[in-house]
Amino acid sequence: MERNAHTNITLDKMAVAHRSADNLSAPIYLDYQATTPVDPRVLDVMLPWFNKQFGNVHSQHHHGWQADEAVECARAQTAAIIGAQSREIVITSGATESNNLAIKGVANAYRDKRNHIVTCVTEHKCVLESCLQMERDGFDVTRLAVDSKGFIDLDQLYDVVTDNTVLVSIMAVNNEIGVINPLREIGEICRAAGAFFHTDAAQAVGKILLDVKAANIDLLSISGHKIYGPKGVGALYVRRRPKVRLEAQMSGGGQERGLRSGTLPTSLCVGLGMACMIAGREMVSENQRIRMLRDHLYQRLMSELDNVMLNGDAERRIPGNLNLSFARIDGAALLMGIPELSVSTGSACTSGSLGPSYVLQALGLDADSSDTALRIGLGRFTTMDEVEYAADRLIAVVSEQRGKLFSPTLA
Amino acid sequence: MPTQTYLDYNATAPMLSSVQTVMYAAFTALGNPSSVHSYGRRQRARIEVARVQVAALVGANAQQVVFTSGGTEANNLALTGVKAETVIVSAIEHDSILNCADRPLVAPVQTNGVLDLEILETLIVDAPPPVLVSVMHANNETGVVQPVAEIVKIAHSHGAILHCDAVQAVGRIAVDMSVLGVDLMTISAHKIGGPKGIGALIVGEHVRLQPQVRGGGQERGLRAGTENVPGVIGFGVAAATSKNSLEDWQHVARLRESLEVRLNKAFGNDLQIFGHEAVRIPNTCCVARADISAEIQIIALDLAGIAVSAGSACSSGKVEASHVLAAMGVVDSVARNAIRISLGPTTSEADIEFFVETYKELRTRGVENGA
Repeated sequence: MERNAHTNITLDKMAVAHRSADNLSAPIYLDYQATTPVDPRVLDVMLPWFNKQFGNVHSQHHHGWQADEAVECARAQTAAIIGAQSREIVITSGATESNNLAIKGVANAYRDKRNHIVTCVTEHKCVLESCLQMERDGFDVTRLAVDSKGFIDLDQLYDVVTDNTVLVSIMAVNNEIGVINPLREIGEICRAAGAFFHTDAAQAVGKILLDVKAANIDLLSISGHKIYGPKGVGALYVRRRPKVRLEAQMSGGGQERGLRSGTLPTSLCVGLGMACMIAGREMVSENQRIRMLRDHLYQRLMSELDNVMLNGDAERRIPGNLNLSFARIDGAALLMGIPELSVSTGSACTSGSLGPSYVLQALGLDADSSDTALRIGLGRFTTMDEVEYAADRLIAVVSEQRGKLFSPTLA
Repeated sequence: MPTQTYLDYNATAPMLSSVQTVMYAAFTALGNPSSVHSYGRRQRARIEVARVQVAALVGANAQQVVFTSGGTEANNLALTGVKAETVIVSAIEHDSILNCADRPLVAPVQTNGVLDLEILETLIVDAPPPVLVSVMHANNETGVVQPVAEIVKIAHSHGAILHCDAVQAVGRIAVDMSVLGVDLMTISAHKIGGPKGIGALIVGEHVRLQPQVRGGGQERGLRAGTENVPGVIGFGVAAATSKNSLEDWQHVARLRESLEVRLNKAFGNDLQIFGHEAVRIPNTCCVARADISAEIQIIALDLAGIAVSAGSACSSGKVEASHVLAAMGVVDSVARNAIRISLGPTTSEADIEFFVETYKELRTRGVENGA
């Protein structure tokens, strides 16, 4: 009873906060691949763990046990969304740490047996950086190219994976162009060669069906804040049968079965679990709704503007992503022209540097196309009104700027 | 029975109400701080405000603050990120220091829990340079405070770099990085009433550090990963609040004094308080009684509604004799009976009263049952 009362109050508060925190004239958020707002239902289960139940998960008393129970429940919820078991889930501070742990952890654990890593040029920076670190540390790294749609060549993968390959790290869904990789096929190739298969699924959870058993995935990275959970928490799935050994990257109190030390943040764990549960439960209907919005936006832009190009495959793509190049326009000016739309030019992590996206360059885009590309990310709280408004603004600004750019000016 | 009396502040502290307020709002704010649009820029600005607040708590500059996922990560980053030929740690360090240093030299402490500075100096002088020394400010189990400024002088006079794990000291006693002169310092939010899942390594401007978690180049390339914005904001407010409420801990010191006087009176020679001869942070009392093992004490106290701990909270399930007490020369049979009582600003005289009465009761029962 008490819990229910609390729930209602919090949800009300949240609704008010959502409306007032960023006022009505606030820009429309269309950057769901950079980060997602915390779902009110997620926040609601997190809040009690801040004050009412604040114990350290690892304490041997009432407060500790209570927290421990909640964390284990969250671990089970997280495991469930990828078809894993609870004890295969290592909780981390986020997908970046998970990716670092997977790549360096596996490479170092098997250093004496195999020393080749395969990845792909369009991976997230943290995967590429971790691979680079292992390369400097004596490993051979193969970075597979992608075709114009954003996919690796499976035959080429088959050829480069040898009995010296310890790890293949290929993301499930690309963060810039949203394309979905054929995990099952990749997993098969890896398993046949005895190489471990790691996939960065930060952008995939809640968007595509993930089954670590069916796809022979040995390690899988999850992010909280990409799935309407909190920032500062993520997970790494580490297969137990056949067992994947991992060298811990952070040592200390021996939490997470020695694979990741540090006091577990109860509320963040609980939030991650709830976010996974909602993502699993609502994926089908949510995808349908978001796809409808995305397709509508795409249709409008394509029919009302010329020379717009979709980057990345149109079909094998998550519903919430559009990555479009607007030819014959100045990319920076375009972004400046639409302050009322929060979209991005590349991944958020590297968007501080406004150079062309390495992902789009890997697709073979020319400078004009990659300089004028926008990533538009739709999600759970995107509405049709917002989509219409975004389409109106984009069409108006692109038309206007193209007009200016190509109309003769008087000297 | 619900726990009513929380005396385990060194494991974690309840979140300050000032922190709760800002965090609720922080969770509803949109945007990735690395995004260039207005949501992203606002998130970035919030992080930078918090960075100033956290820096101010320890007398550092904002640009010296590297946010991490907590104290453990900060300790790992310091010990593996600084290129050193030799790592010297004290025998009483937290596991996140002891376990992450690669074959460190261990500097012993005296029976009062304070580092033996002569031996430390000899170790530094004899070690192949460059040398990294890691010494905690206040011990998590006994509360004993190290003479950090003196240790820094010794370390620096021989060209060694000094890292200080100040997780248990910050917010309870005045800690000023520039006065102490330490090169790197670890702090954690949830020990000062901030959220769990966030901490920081304060890195002296002259220190060269290799990142451990690599990726998008956040935290000036020293720690990749999308920033935990609500965590950072909460940490900032916790830091600002703690900085302004150090006097609350004088009240805590008086309560601990009262606790120890009562315990001594009740148990006399059957009770030992560790490190009481040394300077301690105001809230920690590590105590062993002759008759009952720590494990039994913890369970019995928990049933009575009192939360304390045996040693540190870190490795769940593990009830081993404390390496800290062993380093202080406490024999195993005594160390096995040691519990840690750690107080906080919300602890009351009534809590102390209740604890002492319950604790005395355990004795009576223990004797009855043991007969």
